[in-house]
Amino acid sequence: MAGAVSALFLLDIKGRVLVWRDYRGDVSAVQAERFFTKLIEKEGDPESHEPVVYDNGVTYMFIQHNNVFLMVASRQNCNAASLLLFLHRVVDVFKHYFEELEEESLRDNFVVVYELLDEMMDFGYPQYTEAKILSEFIKTDAYRMEVTQRPPMAVTNAVSWRSEGIRYKKNEVFLDVVESVNILVNSNGQIIRSDVVGALKMRTYLSGMPECKLGLNDRVLLEAQGRSTKGKAIDLDDIKFHQCVRLARFENDRTISFIPPDGSFDLMTYRLSTQVKPLIWVEAQVERHSRSRIELMVKARSQFKERSTATNVEIELPVPSDATNPNIRTSMGSAAYAPENDALLWKIKSFPGGKEYMMRAELSLPSITAEEGIPEKKAPIRVKFEIPYFTVSGIQVRYLKIIEKSGYQALPWVRYITMAGEYELRLI
Amino acid sequence: MSGHDSKYFSTTKKGEIPELKDELNSQYKDKRKDAVKKVIAAMTVGKDVSSLFTDVVNCMQTENLELKKLVYLYLINYAKSQPDLAILAVNTFVKDSQDPNPLIRALAVRTMGCIRVDKITEYLCDPLQRCLKDDDPYVRKTASICVAKLYDINAELVEDRGFLDALKDLISDNNPMVVANAVAALAEIQENSSRPIFEITSNTLTKLLTALNECTEWGQVFILDALSKYKAADAREAENIVERVTPRLQHANCAVVLSAVKMILLQMELITSTDVVRNLCKKMAPPLVTLLSAEPEIQYVALRNINLIVQRRPTILAHEIKVFFCKYNDPIYVKMEKLEIMIKLASDRNIDQVLLEFKEYATEVDVDFVRKAVRAIGRCAIKLERAAERCISVLLELIKIKVNYVVQEAIIVIKDIFRRYPNTYESIIATLCESLDTLDEPEAKASMIWIIGEYAERIDNADELLESFLESFPEEPALVQLQLLTATVKLFLKKPTEGPQQMIQVVLNNATVETDNPDLRDRAYIYWRLLSTDPEAAKDVVLAEKPVISDDSNQLDPSLLDELLANIATLASVYHKPPDAFVTRVKTAVQRPDDEEYPDGSESGYSDTPANAVDSAAAPSSSSNVTHAATRQAAPAPPAPSAPVPDLLGDLIGLDGAIVPVDQPATPSGPPLPIVLPASTGQGLQICAQLTRRDGQIFYSMLFENNSQIPLDGFMIQFNKNTLGLAAAGPLQVPQLQPGASATTLLPMVSFQNISPGPPSTLLQVAVKNNQQPVWYFNDKISLQVFFAEDGRMERAHFLETWKSLPDSNEIAKDLQSVVINSVDVTIDRLAASNVFFIAKRRNMNQEVLYLSAKAPRGIPFLIELTGVVGIAGVKCAIKTPNPEMAPLFFEAMEALLN
Repeated sequence: MAGAVSALFLLDIKGRVLVWRDYRGDVSAVQAERFFTKLIEKEGDPESHEPVVYDNGVTYMFIQHNNVFLMVASRQNCNAASLLLFLHRVVDVFKHYFEELEEESLRDNFVVVYELLDEMMDFGYPQYTEAKILSEFIKTDAYRMEVTQRPPMAVTNAVSWRSEGIRYKKNEVFLDVVESVNILVNSNGQIIRSDVVGALKMRTYLSGMPECKLGLNDRVLLEAQGRSTKGKAIDLDDIKFHQCVRLARFENDRTISFIPPDGSFDLMTYRLSTQVKPLIWVEAQVERHSRSRIELMVKARSQFKERSTATNVEIELPVPSDATNPNIRTSMGSAAYAPENDALLWKIKSFPGGKEYMMRAELSLPSITAEEGIPEKKAPIRVKFEIPYFTVSGIQVRYLKIIEKSGYQALPWVRYITMAGEYELRLI
Repeated sequence: MSGHDSKYFSTTKKGEIPELKDELNSQYKDKRKDAVKKVIAAMTVGKDVSSLFTDVVNCMQTENLELKKLVYLYLINYAKSQPDLAILAVNTFVKDSQDPNPLIRALAVRTMGCIRVDKITEYLCDPLQRCLKDDDPYVRKTASICVAKLYDINAELVEDRGFLDALKDLISDNNPMVVANAVAALAEIQENSSRPIFEITSNTLTKLLTALNECTEWGQVFILDALSKYKAADAREAENIVERVTPRLQHANCAVVLSAVKMILLQMELITSTDVVRNLCKKMAPPLVTLLSAEPEIQYVALRNINLIVQRRPTILAHEIKVFFCKYNDPIYVKMEKLEIMIKLASDRNIDQVLLEFKEYATEVDVDFVRKAVRAIGRCAIKLERAAERCISVLLELIKIKVNYVVQEAIIVIKDIFRRYPNTYESIIATLCESLDTLDEPEAKASMIWIIGEYAERIDNADELLESFLESFPEEPALVQLQLLTATVKLFLKKPTEGPQQMIQVVLNNATVETDNPDLRDRAYIYWRLLSTDPEAAKDVVLAEKPVISDDSNQLDPSLLDELLANIATLASVYHKPPDAFVTRVKTAVQRPDDEEYPDGSESGYSDTPANAVDSAAAPSSSSNVTHAATRQAAPAPPAPSAPVPDLLGDLIGLDGAIVPVDQPATPSGPPLPIVLPASTGQGLQICAQLTRRDGQIFYSMLFENNSQIPLDGFMIQFNKNTLGLAAAGPLQVPQLQPGASATTLLPMVSFQNISPGPPSTLLQVAVKNNQQPVWYFNDKISLQVFFAEDGRMERAHFLETWKSLPDSNEIAKDLQSVVINSVDVTIDRLAASNVFFIAKRRNMNQEVLYLSAKAPRGIPFLIELTGVVGIAGVKCAIKTPNPEMAPLFFEAMEALLN
């Protein structure tokens, strides 16, 4: 079971090595580069290629970020899930350091890159990926101090995500409850899949080592406490916690208790697989007129209560890739042809509940067509929106208690917002 | 806070090495630091800067941590090429390992462990010993990994210096991070050692489970992976472990979740309480589903693992099929894996929705994905009998879209559907024939040709259709040629008219004289020989009934599946191959040869199911196999029908028609054969004989004893018309028998040749003659049990269905007076050995009731109910069958089997 990687590579878009760190000396950069450039050449689009590939005794696992590939090579039966996730964390750490991870920023910071690779992984085993704590003892030139650095306590502490001695004048916590609605409607208008993925996103500006306790209207908890759960409690399907939350405690009595990291992080995510009524429904009628033009009639309807309003609504309607001369009219908002997406983009700034808007569009088609039988790429209608002060699940933060030994009062701010996640209607 | 290090890359002009040398020896700190950065920059772009070794090492003694790290980095890269100079660094290393700053102490041992030079390794031991006992956990956690490094370089040194014990002590360390790294190091060392080094006792287990709650996410993965090797003593312990691990399912890190799932699945094998198991299955489903919202690369790993998990525990995700529906933007590799799982989870309950999805995918753009979607429809049809019709209508709709590769793929799967449900859906052949012209891929062509040949009697213009392929015969790939050959022979046997006769001439000529392909030529010669000597035998071979195929989408070998489940989240679970298949250990730069097998994860894991020997010549490739990969890889079908028709083969080998004795299977050991012709009647010739069944084939097992005074030769045998039309499949092969000698033979038999009219009877009249004696006639009995087919086992549901579907008038019962059942199990075993298969049993008062099934010739099922009391004579045998007139024979057979 034991397994570690032999080396970690940062490669450019053509698969050439930018920086690499050899951990075990049994895979060479030349070997890896030869393999990966060939893969890119052969596949054209490496994004469509399986992220775990075997070649000549070596397994390569890679992800892409901007114009950089991050790849590990291993000769053992290592933990694929852990290592691919590690690569994503490496991206996060680099982004924290250089704002953006791309070929240029790697070159500009190669010294720090080497230092980080040395600290994040040892002998091919992932070690430490908390960017905030790493930046306490590995600094870029601008912030480098002459004082010799020591490893922060946090690196080996049980609380590995927070350093001691943090001070704020004003102690505040911002908690955003963000719910993404994923929906898939098939060509018969049936909802074939719908779920809500929620996240509690926190930004903490708290001094010292604060103990936090979060109370939700979680049915299991409320029932365990013998409170009435009429109407208000919700069932969360699958809850995932940031590593700061004490999982064993949650398993015991459903209490969410934690010492938060400093700054922003996702405290928890959850999923609800209950059937959701599509918040915004879009119907499109398409008429093709003998290969000369195409007419679209689109209706968009908001199916939530009138007191809520969706903002920044964007409806993407696929059209044939060879369509031209758009002529579009809308009853609300503005619509434009986006040829780069082969779609019409209908934007509505504010869409109150219980309303219906229309759009009509006409596009010309070339009279000569490509050879018969090659199917048109069938994209679904996709919708984006945000509905502030509203959650589909009805989740409520009942309290957020913050206790620190210095006894300060901290202010928690809670916001709710619902937005479209993967919102696809195959109705065109 | 971005840096400006890129300037260090720009000094790539000539003479840079001497220039760098100067700068490295500069008296100014900053200049030296810049120079080292330039050196590292050069190293990064792959330039050889090893000649600066001494100069760089001279910069090692510095207070500046950044510079120190760069020099260390340089050392890791070049110490190997300058082993003699590397010694220069040792002093600084040793000094640094005692630095007051834990960061530097750790850095020193960490780096020393990475330098694989003996001279350095020697000096590593003392610092390492100190660091393993360091006050600072950061140093200890680095040192524990360093033990694994040292073990990799010099295992003996680790054992001699007692590092293993020191490492084991760290499992009890109070710092969870140290514990996690010690576990990782020990697990790796154990993997490379044949001795037991790291065995998890229940004591370590407790410690590790405690550390689990406190260490970093990566450390949790190390611990969970190591613990998955632990075998709980009993169900109770397993439950306790699971209880401690379950909270990890809530962790945000997918790797932690997957490793926790692995632990739970392994412990579940020991848990006996069905409630606990059900509860655990319920608990695991949501986290597994949530993995599908992770990054696509993680999703891919998760999907490959879920594929394994649903094979072992299908209930976990039985109701979650919708989460595997493909999203528009999913990368193709994710879509492919989702499709695979959708097939596995498809059931009668959700098939309508699943089909709608497949149909949607079949109109997408990515050709591979579309093909896989079409094939998925076919696999569902084969898997779900009740949905087959709906699947086929979707396939027909897709064919009508007339997208070339969709049509071809559809035809390939429809061929398999025909094999699965014979005589059910042939009405669609006409629609298939419309697409004939568009086929250009060998597999699709071969499938279509197989269909035409197989159903030649239903297709009016089968001869024309085949003829259209014949023109291009020489250019076709072997796969298609073989099918064309077989299909033409089938056509000729079914419609022996002038047209097909001419075609067969052309094909046989093309496939013998005009070809270099030995498989094709052999098959053609066999057909030729068959057709010219015995067209009836040819019919039996070529038009033989084919075994029904089954769905194999769930087929990973159980032991492999076990191994893979123990390896969840690792590469083995992604490749669906055991670790030995791809793990390669390279000791210091030894390169492996290039000829390693490429374990392509995408389509592995399906084993070829051997097709029936006769049929493999008749169906395109190994068509009992439905998966894409396997069919592609399948070797050309064996050209000759093997065992079941040894005489024909013998005939062929002789080629000139003379009978060449073939090695026959030895005389059956077991009960002596009954005497059918006593020596007193046969003028000294005694014959013992009995019908037997072997390897799915009926033989007449015979023993000839010559007790006369003269040698006997020229033995021949003839069977009179009988109820089941039994006849010899070939000539009798008995050598000349000297006086006093004996010979045994197994005469292969065929049935339904010369069927005697009238009520069924067990009478079998046989005539044997030789050159010296008159013809001997004797009577034998047909024992129906030799006809019971090996594939007579019925699924329970199918049994019930069949039982219900037959009218009551088809139920016949008889009391078998003399039969005593002494043990139900023994009876079941004995019956199974004769292809009477046990389905279910129940107790009614003190009576045992057994339900069994058997398949008589021509696929006629017999559903059997045996009722009796153990140990008491007299068993009631009730049967239901579409052919009740066979009942007397059947009862006789049962009586014989049960006594």
